[in-house]
Amino acid sequence: MSGVWVYVENRDGAISAISREALGAARQVADGLGQPLTALVFGQGVGPVCAAAFDLGADAVVGADDATLADGRLEAHGPLVVKLAQERQPAVILIGASTRGRDLAAWTAADLDTGAVADAIDIKVEGGVVKATRPVYTGKLLCEAYVTGTPQVVTLRGRAFAQAASTGKTGTPEMVAAAVAEDAIPTKITGFEGKGGKISLTDAGKIVSGGRGVGGPEGFEPLRELADVLGAALGASRATVDAGWIPYEHQVGQTGKTVAPDLYIAAGISGAIQHQAGMRSSKVIVAINKDPDAPIFKLARYGIVGDLFKIVPALTAEFKKRLN
Amino acid sequence: MKVVVCVKQTPSTTATISVKDGAVSWEDPGGKPNVVNPWDEYAIEEAIRFKENRGASDAVALCMGDSSSEEALKTCLAMGCTEAVLVSDPALLGSDTLGTARTLAAAINKIGDVQVALFGRQAIDGDSGHTPVQVARVLGWTPLTYVSAIESVDGGSITVHRLTDDGKETVTAKLPVVISVVKEINEPRYPSFMGIRKASKAVIPNWSAGDIGASAAAARANWSNVYAVPPREGEIEMIAGDTVEEQARNLVNKLFEEKVI
Repeated sequence: MSGVWVYVENRDGAISAISREALGAARQVADGLGQPLTALVFGQGVGPVCAAAFDLGADAVVGADDATLADGRLEAHGPLVVKLAQERQPAVILIGASTRGRDLAAWTAADLDTGAVADAIDIKVEGGVVKATRPVYTGKLLCEAYVTGTPQVVTLRGRAFAQAASTGKTGTPEMVAAAVAEDAIPTKITGFEGKGGKISLTDAGKIVSGGRGVGGPEGFEPLRELADVLGAALGASRATVDAGWIPYEHQVGQTGKTVAPDLYIAAGISGAIQHQAGMRSSKVIVAINKDPDAPIFKLARYGIVGDLFKIVPALTAEFKKRLN
Repeated sequence: MKVVVCVKQTPSTTATISVKDGAVSWEDPGGKPNVVNPWDEYAIEEAIRFKENRGASDAVALCMGDSSSEEALKTCLAMGCTEAVLVSDPALLGSDTLGTARTLAAAINKIGDVQVALFGRQAIDGDSGHTPVQVARVLGWTPLTYVSAIESVDGGSITVHRLTDDGKETVTAKLPVVISVVKEINEPRYPSFMGIRKASKAVIPNWSAGDIGASAAAARANWSNVYAVPPREGEIEMIAGDTVEEQARNLVNKLFEEKVI
């Protein structure tokens, strides 16, 4: 049992942000264990991704280039990770905790009869064991989690680790065949609607988020304008989603997305405990609210008490001036 | 065919959670410390709709937990599930997600004639989201996770929409399947008055590990050293200014200083 593996999620020839972070964290784990780091790059047309994985610090790359692997189906990627792990017996498998990564970790651990730890926000190596710090009880508590089986499967939460830096390293990937043929894969993807270049909340470095205070669907307009100027993603509280003012994919909080941007601007959000669960690890929180007693002010670094419909446009104007 | 919805009893979303000597406990200001895992409500609703609209003969609620979890199952019955089963055995305490998955899979096999097992995307205590896929692996069924809509079920196959980090996917799979749902899929109903009365009288079967042929296995994903999240550092700074424009300027200056722009 030796070697640290990192699964490199990719789409359209590019490594996902969460996997760049995973590569950075995996390098540290590999160095901590004194073992080589192998990147797994599965997809279609993965040549550039394999090269990027070397550049981002992998000592070796195992690639698989096949049409069945193109759309990230769990039933194609899972069996290949499992097959390789059975043959080569790595000590650790690290995966970014995206929706795909989470499923892959669960699949891999089940098939290899080992444990999987989800959502590490910090990791260290102690006596050959990867010790992960992870939030539990929707971020109300933290715990130290580790796997006693082999391999140790751990997923890494997005935006919790620094992205791997370019090393200039090059190498030749070892290419392997897919583990399952198309007719043995039980799922077919018949439609896909990407985000069309929109910044996803979980990857976003900046988020502008609206709550009940926006008053209606059109109340998100000034927030959207501020988000556009900042290159930020648009978030929302549960109340606004439940009211049908904005689609569910924007919801931050307990039954929405968990985010950790550098900047979170909460406009008209009171900051219920369920909302806090989704955004409390943001680096700098700005609260704009009419009610000086709103709980969001207890969490925020900066606060303005006042009318968001005056303050947000003023912020947009000021940022426009400063950023151009 | 039957559908099963797997539920978990969790602390309420408003509960204050504390740790003392490594033991986690919670209190709720509203006096209702335990609830059905909020994500599971959407799975329960979808299971009931399978019975109402898609020809399922039964919508069975299944829970693994201690005897207090009967409360969660009564909520399922009150909402409209036709049966409920509790798997409760001290031997199963401390199971990790794979251990839980093996137990649930064994119970699903014992229930029999199940084509769809539904889950919420994750539980708000353990927060892993690993169990649905692992149940699928143990059963040899196809996992369909983060499902935001069920488009059709016919001729032994199912078509769903999945809401992933990349976008929205339309996927077709052959039954049987394990589905985990996200909030967008439906609006869970409230328990009806009649439902609550019926549920209060229901006797919920309690299966032991032996009853379903499950055995306790040591957890391989372990927790230690649980602690409360340290409070955020620093005090809030209220941004003043004679005009809104000045306030905006002052805030923008601060954010540039913080290097978050």
